Amino acid sequence: MDRRVLFRCPRRGGGFGVYGSNAAMHFLDFEKPIAELEGKIAELKHLSDADGLNIAEEVGRLQSRVDKDLRSAYAKLSPWQKTQVARHPDRPHALDYIRALIQDFMPLAGDRLYGEDEAIIGGMGRFNGRSVMVIGLEKGRDTETRVKHNFGMARPEGYRKARRLMQMADRFGLPIITLVDTAGAYPGVGAEERGQAEAIARCIQTSLDLRVPLISIVIGEGGSGGAIALAVGNVVLMLEHAIYSVISPEGCASILWRDGEQAKTAAEAMKLTAQDLERLGVIDGIVPEPMGGAHRTPEAVFTALRDAIEMHLNQLVRIEGGQLRARRRDKFVQMGRLQE
Amino acid sequence: MNWLTNFVRPKIQKLVRPKEVPDNLWHQCPKCSEMVFHRELEKNLRVCTHCGHHMRMPVRDRLRMLFDNAQWTEIEIRAVAVDPLRFKDRKRYSDRLKESQAKTGLKDAVVVGHGTMGNLGVVIAAFEFDFMGGSMGAAVGEALIAAAELAVLQEAPLIVIPSSGGARMQEGILSLMQMARTTVAVDKVREKGLPYLVVLTDPTTGGVTASFAMLGDVALAEPGAIIGFAGSRVIEQTIREKLPEGFQRSEYLMDHGMVDMVVPRHELRARLIQLLGLLLHTNPAAEVGDLPASSRRRKALERSTSAPPDPSVPDDYEP
Ligand SMILES: [Zn+2]
Repeated sequence: MDRRVLFRCPRRGGGFGVYGSNAAMHFLDFEKPIAELEGKIAELKHLSDADGLNIAEEVGRLQSRVDKDLRSAYAKLSPWQKTQVARHPDRPHALDYIRALIQDFMPLAGDRLYGEDEAIIGGMGRFNGRSVMVIGLEKGRDTETRVKHNFGMARPEGYRKARRLMQMADRFGLPIITLVDTAGAYPGVGAEERGQAEAIARCIQTSLDLRVPLISIVIGEGGSGGAIALAVGNVVLMLEHAIYSVISPEGCASILWRDGEQAKTAAEAMKLTAQDLERLGVIDGIVPEPMGGAHRTPEAVFTALRDAIEMHLNQLVRIEGGQLRARRRDKFVQMGRLQE
Repeated sequence: MNWLTNFVRPKIQKLVRPKEVPDNLWHQCPKCSEMVFHRELEKNLRVCTHCGHHMRMPVRDRLRMLFDNAQWTEIEIRAVAVDPLRFKDRKRYSDRLKESQAKTGLKDAVVVGHGTMGNLGVVIAAFEFDFMGGSMGAAVGEALIAAAELAVLQEAPLIVIPSSGGARMQEGILSLMQMARTTVAVDKVREKGLPYLVVLTDPTTGGVTASFAMLGDVALAEPGAIIGFAGSRVIEQTIREKLPEGFQRSEYLMDHGMVDMVVPRHELRARLIQLLGLLLHTNPAAEVGDLPASSRRRKALERSTSAPPDPSVPDDYEP
């Protein structure tokens, strides 16, 4: 990662990327000054390698400025900036969390009705030694995998598979962990014909009927009905810079402001950050992200999430199944209600 | 159930008269563009007299058309936080609410009424599209919860009649949560073994379709209604091609196995009564007048929940 050269990311208009030996890193607009500093550091390191000059002091000075700038930028991210962080292409996705947190992951496929939808991945595995069912919305990392996972936008088959796996988990007493990261359910002709709405409705219905613990984590983008289908948990957590909303800020802007360009304004008004949702009583906790976001130090967010899941799971497995179901239902019924 | 007894203050709806409209008013049919005389249209349940197009119907006209003798009792819905996000787009949400309340005379987009249909006690929750596009916020969620709890309390079937563009964006994430809340509500009815019927009317889309509206024991749809999850414009932009003929209309959904029947408005009441009679093992048409509705309902329920051993079955009949 030392020999990184600045380049302009072709995918994002104003953003910079640093090309490393393994993968391209993407920088958001507000990260640009930081990216430039990091570019300088990379150049200096390159020089020191080549010419044997001792410039470690300068590198150290620049690095502490990077840390300071990152910390202050990420401490006061606006809702629109959070939206961009939540969608950051380098952000860990569901499969990354599964690789990091689940041992012996055994993927299961198909809805037994029509097809297999890889926008939703699901299967059994071990979390800290315990058998669990994991269901996640996966966006994909590069062109090939994005197409394979349909950019994380599930079709009815995906939701029906999720439902099938939830019911299986219920029969075998496996706690369920869902990882939510989607712009929304796929809007397509076939998806509508095969009952996208019905598939989501049944998925919600089944989530509310389970007698096993259900922990849902919004790891990136929680977009609308396609997200809540997998987020009706006993415990719903969000990563610090994740967002969760009824419609995308762009969609909201184009409908309510009649101007898609007003997405930034809409993002402010919609209250879609983890911090807003915690205040509104919609989620049960926030999982801290490392400085500069989950994509900077994925290992740190994996550890934080592992701890959070372990803590909640340890509590939830002690609750009797009928109680788990009743509490989950009651939690949603009471949500947002005025106190009497 | 405590809040229910507190909140359900019965107000008999004494044949609420339709708003007085001058007799010379004409409406243009949005489908065939023919002019229809207002009184003709009202008499014809807002179905175009030229082409049969089903226009949207004010919620109380809908209830009047369905309940026996056009009589029902409305219940009051638990109060919700008004404008919890203090949302403002081009207009304040609180102002939009006031405007809709003034325009419709309703507190929010759903009216819950109970009464009889074919002498069977029923609870109906019906949407008013004119109230912010029938969008679902916390008040709509509470209305459906109240309707479901009333149905359970009265051991009555629940009929829900959506007409909604989906979630109420001005309530942000809290509007999305209504999908879970309303699902719990209608499941309580189903779990009691009571029928839950949905009449999909124009339009039923977004989060409303993707929750309680698609969970009915029987799904009926009015002709030509738009029913779907994603908006057709969004789909068109995504796939970049023209949508098929009749896409997301009732008949199209029926062809794709998503609804049980498409029922013209004039036949809706009769069809619902027929369905309820079959589901409750009773014959409302034949039994009209011989028993008070409540005891017949109880009998029907007893029959449906615990079938008594039939002494006419011979002992050696093994299956
Ligand atoms: Zn017409």
